[in-house]
Amino acid sequence: MSETLPCIEAFKKEVNQWVTKNKPAPPTFLMPQSFMEVGTDEQFEYLREWQEKVYNAGYLGMSWPTEYGGGGMPEIYQDVVNKELVAQNTPFMVNTLGLNWAGPLILNMGSDEQKKAYIKKILSTEEIWCQGFSEPDYGSDLGNAQLKAERDGSEFVLNGSKIWTTLATQAQRMILLARTNTNTESKYDGLTFFLAPMNVDGIEAQPIKKLTGEHGFCQTFFNDARISEDCIIGKEGGGWLVAMKTLMFERGAEGGQAGGHTSMPVTVEEVAELSKRVYRDGKPANQDPMVRDELVKLLMRGKAMSLNGARSKIPALISERPTSIAMSVKMLATELSKSIGDQATSLQGSNSLYFVGDDYAVDGGRWQRTYFQAFSGTIGGGTTQIQKNIIGERVLGLPKK
Amino acid sequence: MSENTNMIKKAGITFSEEQGQLLEIAESFSRDKAPIATVRNLIESETGFDKDVWTEMVNLGWLGIAIPEEFGGSGLSVAEVVTIVEPMGRMLLATPLVSTTLAAQLLLDAGTTAQKQDLLPRMAGGAIAALAMHEEHGDWDISHVTCTGVISGDTVTLSGIKRLVTDAKVADTILATISIAGIPSLVAIDSGSIDSAALQRETVIDETRRSYRINLDGISVPATNIFDAEKTAAALKRYHLLFCLLLSAEACGGTAGAMDITLNYLNTRRTFDRFIGSYQSLKHTMVDILTDLEAARSFLYYAAGVIDTDEGEAAVRMAKAQSSDNFAYAGDRAIQFHGGFGFTYECDAQLFRRRAFWTANQSGDAIYHRKRLATLLLD
Repeated sequence: MSETLPCIEAFKKEVNQWVTKNKPAPPTFLMPQSFMEVGTDEQFEYLREWQEKVYNAGYLGMSWPTEYGGGGMPEIYQDVVNKELVAQNTPFMVNTLGLNWAGPLILNMGSDEQKKAYIKKILSTEEIWCQGFSEPDYGSDLGNAQLKAERDGSEFVLNGSKIWTTLATQAQRMILLARTNTNTESKYDGLTFFLAPMNVDGIEAQPIKKLTGEHGFCQTFFNDARISEDCIIGKEGGGWLVAMKTLMFERGAEGGQAGGHTSMPVTVEEVAELSKRVYRDGKPANQDPMVRDELVKLLMRGKAMSLNGARSKIPALISERPTSIAMSVKMLATELSKSIGDQATSLQGSNSLYFVGDDYAVDGGRWQRTYFQAFSGTIGGGTTQIQKNIIGERVLGLPKK
Repeated sequence: MSENTNMIKKAGITFSEEQGQLLEIAESFSRDKAPIATVRNLIESETGFDKDVWTEMVNLGWLGIAIPEEFGGSGLSVAEVVTIVEPMGRMLLATPLVSTTLAAQLLLDAGTTAQKQDLLPRMAGGAIAALAMHEEHGDWDISHVTCTGVISGDTVTLSGIKRLVTDAKVADTILATISIAGIPSLVAIDSGSIDSAALQRETVIDETRRSYRINLDGISVPATNIFDAEKTAAALKRYHLLFCLLLSAEACGGTAGAMDITLNYLNTRRTFDRFIGSYQSLKHTMVDILTDLEAARSFLYYAAGVIDTDEGEAAVRMAKAQSSDNFAYAGDRAIQFHGGFGFTYECDAQLFRRRAFWTANQSGDAIYHRKRLATLLLD
């Protein structure tokens, strides 16, 4: 990047032209809506090529330090790019986990060697990252992670398994929470956080077929897999702290992400639009009084989400419970996605009986898939029910026991 | 919106420095003046509100907020009044502030010059105005008017019965909708021209309120009391939205108030050796109420900022629809979660549930507004 920063207006124009010229042609397959839905090599490669192209143009990691492969510019330039990528409906950045969680984490807590080793490759897609947090027996209860990492000299020997490891079959690296000590007073103190390689003997990722019938998640098995102690980020036994930091990045509660948008969410406005081209009693469904009421309720939920975002930036209007809106975003947004899928599917009348793969499915079966896929949001990262416990206790001050 | 400096504008929500200051002052004012014991005492009183508190509100300039300076007000807007009504609603502080504010807006929108010069300075100075819009049919549509006015020379002779006129007995002026030659019109009635026998107190669901039936038969007022006929329809339409906005503010406050008493109970009441707030069926419901309230407050302050723009109608109707349902639910759960105590008159939960009916069922409930939103958003 040049010494002098370009003026924002000129930069906007430049980005607009670049995206217009370079955005990929629409794919022949139904696009995944986020990295968690990438199920085929074809989808993966299409998305990976796009991220690589955006990075090579200088439009990704723009505010990350130049010595590690970033652009070293103020965040506003990345914001301009992000907005343009969304406005032109371009594909999302497939290395979401690296760009948004692992990358900021490494920049925040990693050693200089780790930054040099990993950051640039996250941006360029040379290394795709996945996450080894949840375990089959413990769900999202991270404090109870049991995957064993036993020290053997300067190495750790890994045994156990991690579940919901999105993109594990494509990934070269994993952020991994493992138990290095089983004899600590507090279960949290026995955890260590690793930046682990995937191409190691004894690590095997097996794709899991999701409820949509597609592949996307994996279960990753560790059988005497050996990794170097250099993989530790933070301190040995200090993994809980690092994991909590990661969740801050994951939930967007802390900034520093590389940029580029990471999902192509469905919107309530699209459901309203859909209602005009599906039928009830010989007329467009948006003329049916009962359908109208349900659609208005849905539109209001969408509008409330965006207005909440606006209000949360006005301190005087959130002073009583400052974290209330921020802590409920994930729950509300994921539940809204599910309702969107549900309502948009039912709107189609008998055509709602089709599914992804049939030529006659409305919009390629997008809405049907949206509904089922939405459970990844209402379950993953702490279920809606867990979120309600957390909000009830931390925001409303209700007792745990 | 007035020309305030230091406006914070964040993608749709406009919030002025004045709003911020008023919100803070009104919060502590409402807490000071309306502890629940005071609210209970006022229920037993004749007028339903404390004249001294009213005088303090007048002295703070609150009755003149949305009245231009030339008429003795401070020249701000109803958006600033929202920040007062919300905290008042939370403490169930009932005063004629809303009706007087709305009457002033009707005058500004459709009053004659003489009417404005006569009435607005008085209202800014605390003269109470009441609104006579409701009739026997119970229709929320304020253009559905059956009371009539017949003009003869310099006077207009009224007939018919107006219902649910809040604070009519203490009002200085009553603004009424009447039909003149079949056209909905507005007339200002000086309270002196209403015989005490024509005013009959009503028993209403919200006991913190005072409501009256007014028999207009035989009342004559000067024809100059009729509002500008050409501006009346538009003024009534705007009045409807302004009233909805202030009712939404009251409902948001009321929801927070219902939450306050319920959360307090959930944190102190024990059953089977546990605080009842630890039970997820109660905890999760309170979180639903919280997130609904956050949505309603976002709609409210969005609507307050855009009410006089193209987005205004949809914004206000969303605020009203959301806040009406929320408050009803928060009040309903407040009673239920107080268990057996909730079934008693002594428990304050019923006060909030009654107020929720009062705010939701004026100027249209949630379904009423969603129906109109469908036209605005889907066609």
